[in-house]
Amino acid sequence: MDVKTGFFYLFSVVLLFSAFRVVTARNPVHAVLFLMLAFSQASAVWLLLNAEFLAITLVLVYLGAVMVLFLFVVMMLDINVDTLRQGFWKNFPLAATLGAVVAFEMTAVLMSGFRLSQAPVVAVAAGTAPVSNSKALGILLYTEYLMPIQIAAAILLVAMVAAIALTLRHRKDSKAINPSIQVRVRAADRLQVVKMAATQAAPAPAPAAAEENK
Amino acid sequence: MSLTLGHYLSLGAMLFALAVIGIFLNRKNLIVLLMAIELMLLAVNMNFVAFSHYLGDMHGQVFVFFILTVAAAESAIGLAILVLLFRNKNSIDVQDLNTLKG
Repeated sequence: MDVKTGFFYLFSVVLLFSAFRVVTARNPVHAVLFLMLAFSQASAVWLLLNAEFLAITLVLVYLGAVMVLFLFVVMMLDINVDTLRQGFWKNFPLAATLGAVVAFEMTAVLMSGFRLSQAPVVAVAAGTAPVSNSKALGILLYTEYLMPIQIAAAILLVAMVAAIALTLRHRKDSKAINPSIQVRVRAADRLQVVKMAATQAAPAPAPAAAEENK
Repeated sequence: MSLTLGHYLSLGAMLFALAVIGIFLNRKNLIVLLMAIELMLLAVNMNFVAFSHYLGDMHGQVFVFFILTVAAAESAIGLAILVLLFRNKNSIDVQDLNTLKG
């Protein structure tokens, strides 16, 4: 048993334990933290499989962004745990049986069916240096998968717009000006110039005053 | 005994089984249901990466990349809906979501 095998079992045990704690933790914050541990262990397992770029992406995108979003939402919501935990252990025997059957059967089939122990040596054309994992992935992504990556970018944009539009809340008491109207205003709408003479002729004397002078 | 492809696939299978157990146990708690779905996606990605390594084919890792993208979008929208739900119903119990009478 070499070092790699030992590390595989270490990461696997921690990964499965933290996954178990994710689904059984009483406090949702603990569940999110265990999920972060599970993702970091999965990233380590991917490093054993020489998938460096994806392992780093998992840590950056999942631990750095998605899990923090989860944590933020869990801490923002005031969840009453006790009502949500009602009937929690009632389903446990069925769930444990089902999970054990799934895990046992798949393991039995997979362990005997996939005895591949050596990764094939990728044939390198003469005169070209072997490329790293990130470079190989990048070459594939930006040549063969150029259209899918554009669609993925559009999906992310749609997700961002949808998430903001769903949670945006207009305050009733806030005062704001519509910038569109503000930009389109012209001077004539605000200021009216009235044409009038600079001096005015005095009014003609009243007839009553003329009679008094007689 | 050295590591084989079967070891990694079994790890993925066990992770998936744990996520299924989580969905059974937390039938009321919407946020833990979302986390169980994330675990399932992780198990699937584990299989993709293992096959990609042992068969020497980079296309599997490209697929994992796209799954990660879609999963991030899904969890962002899911959490937004969750926040909206909590604002309107003051609870995240799945049993309360019966307004559509489905």
